[in-house]
Formats: sequence, structure tokens, C-alpha cells
Amino acid sequence: MRLVFLFKGVWAVLAALVVGAFLVVLAGADPLAAYGALFSGAFFDYYGLASTLVRMSPLLLAGLAVIVPLRAGLFNIGGEGQIYIGALAGTVAALYLPEALPAALRLPLIVLSGALGGALWALIPALLKAYRGINEIITSLLLSYVAIYLVGAVIHVWLMEPGAPYPYSREVPYDVLLPVFLPRTEAHAGILIALTCAVVLGIVLRRTTLGQSITVVGHNPAAASYAGINVKRLILTSFAIGGAMAGLAGTFEVIGLKYRLFDHFSPGYGLQGIIVAFLASLSPLLAIVAAFFLAGLQAGAGAMQRAVGVDTTMVEALQGLIVLFVAVGLAFRYRPGRTAGKPPAGAPAAAVPETAAKSAEG
Amino acid sequence: MFDFVFDAAQFGEFLATGLRLSMPLIFAAMGGLLCERAGVFNIALEGQLLLGAFGAALGAHLTGMAGGGVAVALVFGAASGLGLALLGVTLRVNQIVVGIAVILFAIGFTSFMSRVAFEGGGNSLRLDGFRPIDIPILSDIPVIGPVLFAQDLLFYLMLAVVAAIQIVLFRTGLGLSIRAVGESPATADAAGVPVFTLRYGVIVAGSMIASLGGAYIVLSQVFLFSDNMSAGKGFIGLAAIVLGRWNPVLALLACLLFGLFDAFQLRLQFQSPDMPFQVFAALPYVISIMALVGLIGRAQPPAAVGRPYDREMR
Repeated sequence: MRLVFLFKGVWAVLAALVVGAFLVVLAGADPLAAYGALFSGAFFDYYGLASTLVRMSPLLLAGLAVIVPLRAGLFNIGGEGQIYIGALAGTVAALYLPEALPAALRLPLIVLSGALGGALWALIPALLKAYRGINEIITSLLLSYVAIYLVGAVIHVWLMEPGAPYPYSREVPYDVLLPVFLPRTEAHAGILIALTCAVVLGIVLRRTTLGQSITVVGHNPAAASYAGINVKRLILTSFAIGGAMAGLAGTFEVIGLKYRLFDHFSPGYGLQGIIVAFLASLSPLLAIVAAFFLAGLQAGAGAMQRAVGVDTTMVEALQGLIVLFVAVGLAFRYRPGRTAGKPPAGAPAAAVPETAAKSAEG
Repeated sequence: MFDFVFDAAQFGEFLATGLRLSMPLIFAAMGGLLCERAGVFNIALEGQLLLGAFGAALGAHLTGMAGGGVAVALVFGAASGLGLALLGVTLRVNQIVVGIAVILFAIGFTSFMSRVAFEGGGNSLRLDGFRPIDIPILSDIPVIGPVLFAQDLLFYLMLAVVAAIQIVLFRTGLGLSIRAVGESPATADAAGVPVFTLRYGVIVAGSMIASLGGAYIVLSQVFLFSDNMSAGKGFIGLAAIVLGRWNPVLALLACLLFGLFDAFQLRLQFQSPDMPFQVFAALPYVISIMALVGLIGRAQPPAAVGRPYDREMR
């Protein structure tokens, strides 16, 4: 019985696929053929799989950017902005670090500066939350728009490739590009770093004092404060870690995939990270699976469009349905020996911490 | 930079632009405010603007009438409200999670459906929207006349909505019940107020109001539908609620402030072609955040906001 509840994400995906089938019919195509093309294009084709992995990297990192603060009961829905600022910081480092330094030294510096950029941008809503009690949901999201415009402006006045038809930066030096690990594809080492981050964060959240403190703050900040945990500092820490993950996502898009910083380069990875986080029940390890699956949907969308003529945005609708059904799934909790009433204390790890509701205030 | 203030025609134009830009914010803020007053945090406003915009485009496209667009927008708004209420009130799922889920659903659903419903996508539409109605005599008043009395139907509907919410909330028994539910649902319940029915009604009504904001963008401003066209306006509306201290008239003023500021940065964009436009385009978002930061004193939301009510919990 418990297993039925453990894999709630699977039910959500199945339900979304069923409703999505009706959308495919609405678009005038055969759902089975559409799904067949989608999944074989994403998972059962060498180049398709590589393209899935390429999209998995930003999705997984953006998912981690949501998971860590949400474990502390805080909603970071501004991952998109942190991705952009991270990419900007990484690009600036890649373009302006003196080439006299060896690449083996510059590459880690570029990656670090990208993470730092994302972390600093995430600290803005965190500071406002910790010291002024301002709702981090509103500020983190609005800051995304600021970040996207900011990056556009910086490219325009500073980084722009001379004579470029539309805004993009100069190309980053060849010696600091991330290596490709699947031959003849775009699958870059950033994916492996993202996987490492997920595993490390999984261990940190479960096995370290920091992780335990974050969880305690997430469940009861008053008690956490009483137990001697510095709640304000923990808010900042969790947001900084989240922002750093998003910053890495942005940096890898530049030095792993596009080799330039493009205006509007992210197709909404920041918001899609929320879907990854919810689908993974806030577990960094499950986020690997969730990000892989969602990346597959996006990578297979083109194959589906070519095969049955259904627009690739069908996949966006499918993602929306998935997150909706995950929310529905939260209503059904595993409560042995209970039929109704409140969930047992210390119960659902899958649900969002109690305090999340309180962040509605202010 | 500010000399347009002294030119009646230019200043009138500026006020009119500001008012138009604040309209979606006002509808969103009113819808959200109503929900929060009943203790429900409706973070889905952004998604409801988007659903309203798509519904308006769909309805106007199918019926050929702006009124048809409004009707479909309201249906979409009501449906999203029912979904929110079902999950957030009856099933007691975290209201923020539900709200974010509705936003993400709205983004994906409208992107795809606009390609299914409109040949060539929503961008190619040229919809028949609302036309301004000149109110005789009043619209001839200099400066204020064209701003206030030469607007379209949705503007007057907005005024009615704000007035209605202000009166219902603070001058009627129903409003007292709504506010009681938002402050202390258990007490209200004990006093015989139907907490669940009231929250359902308020969420559906609030969501329909928010969807009108999306309808306004499509039917009065751009006459087409484009992906993600709500562009954060729902969240600026949420900021306006806080800035307006959960009071409809004050929230309206906050929205006007944001709208006028938006109009101002548009002027700056046109006047400074040498500066990258992004510098100005980011300003409305910066100002919304600054407004929250600069808020003097602590803004106190209704006490029960965001907490699902469960009769068996204390």
C-alpha cells in the first residue's frame, strides 16, 4: 500500500499523459503515434538521448534551486533570474580572465563565478525575507524580469559581438569550453557536474547538521529558533545554495552548449525547475529522475512534431498538467490507520513544510 | 524629462497611458485581495491573467464580438477558481503550491491551445476589441475628460468592481463574514458562518475578476494573444495588495502608481534611443520591489491567509 503513495509522481505523470492524449486528439492527431514519436525521439535514439541529457542539466540544477530553499519552507520561484545572472557572471569571467592563466585554473574560476552570481542574485529576496519579512515569492519572481533585462542591457552595451544581427556576446575562449562526453553530440560535462550536485545535496540535506537545520526550520521556525538555530542565517544559506545551482545552470548553457551569452537564452528553465522539484517530492535524488523525464519530453517534442504534426508546445501543456496532478496528489497522503483528519506529526516528506503557508504573510 | 507635465495634451496622454497600463494590475489586485480577505492566498493571479487573456482571444475569435471574449474569459477564470478552491479549501493542499501549479498549467495550456485554436498562432490575430465610449460633455473636459470619460466598457466595469468590493467588504454583513473567515475561520464557523461555501464563492468571484485583467490586455490593448503575455503583472498585482494594505481603494491607488510609472518609463525609452531599452523596461519590476521594501511599518495581512481550514484541527 505504501508503494502506491511512494510513487505519487508516477501517477501524476500518467494522469497528465491521459489528459494530454485528449489535447493531442484536439490538435487532430493520433495520441499513441504522438507519444510513440515523443518517447522514442527522446530516449531510444543516440542523438535524442544526448539532447535529453543536454536539457537535463539546466532542469536538474533549476530543480535543486527550488528544492533547497523549499526544504526550509521558502519558495524560490526566481530561478530564471538566477540562471541569467549566473550565466552573465560566468561569461564575464570567461571573456575577461587573463588568458595568461592556464585554462585548468580559469575553468574552475568561471564555474565558481557563475555559481556566485546566481547565489548573490538569490540573496536579494532572501535578505528581504529575513530582515524585512517581505514575501519572497513576489520578490524572487519579479527579480527574474529585472535579471533578464539586465543581461540584455549588459550584452548590448558591453559584451556584444560586433556586427551581430541580434544581441549575443562574443564567443568565449575555446580552452575553457566544457568537454563533451558523448562523441558527436552536445552532451557536455556540465551534466555530470549537475548530477554530482544532486547527489551531494541529497547527502547534505539528509546527513549533515546544515541539512537537518534546514528541515527543522522548514517544519517549525519558532521551534528551530528556540533550539538555537539561527533562522535568518539559514534562510540566507538555503537561498544562496539554491541560487548557486541556478547560476551553474546558466553558466553551463554558455560554456557547455552555446559558447556565447545570448539574450533570452533560457526557455523558462527556472520555472520548469519548480515542476522538477514538485515531481521529485523535494528529494534531490528523485530530482535526477524527474529532470531526466521532463528533459526527455522537451527533447522528443521536435520528433513528435515532425512525425504527427502536433506543435512542440504540447509538451509545455503536458508539463503544466503534470504539476497540476502533483498538486492533486498532495491531497492524498499515506496515513496508516487513519481515514480523515490531520496528517500525523512528522508525516509527509512529500508535502511542503508547514511553514510554507506562513510565507504567504507579508 | 518632466516638461511634458506642463503640456496639457501630453500630460493627458501620459495619464491615459498610465491608466491603461494599470488596468490589468487593478483587476488582478482586486481578485487577489478578495481571496486574501477570506483567508485564501491566491498566488495564481498571474496564471488567471493568462487564462483570461487566452479566453478573451478565443471568445472574441469564435463569436466575432468583444463581449463573447469577456464571457469566455470569465468562464476560464471561474474554472481556475473552482480548481483552486477544490484543491486549496476542500482537499487542503498548500495554497501556494496549488497557485504555482495553476500558473505553470496556464502557461503550458495557453501556449499549446493558442496554436490549436488560432491558425498561425495567437500572434497573427487581429481581434475586434472594445472601442472607447465618449461620454458626452464630460469627455470634453480638458486633460481629465479624455482620460476618465473616453474609456471603454471594461474601464467602467473596473470602477464598478472596485466600488462593489469596497462596499461589500466594509458595509455589508456578507463582507463582515468574509473578513471574519479571513481572520479566524474557527470563530466564524462557531458563529454559524458557512466558511467553506464563503471561501468557494470568494475564490471563484476573485478568479473571475482577475481573468478580466487578462481580457483587458487582449480586448483593449493589443488585440492578439501571445505566449506568456501576462509578463509578471499578476505578481505586481500581489505587490499592490500588500502596498494597499488589503484595502481595495488603496490597492487601486497602488496599481495606478505602478501604471503611471510604467507609462513614465515608456516615455523615457522613446526619449533616450541611445540607452538600451532594457534599462527602462526593468524599472516597473524594480519599483514594485522597492515599494514593498520602502513600506513604512509592517503590513499586516488577514490572520488566516494561506492556512487551510480544517474543522478537526485547532
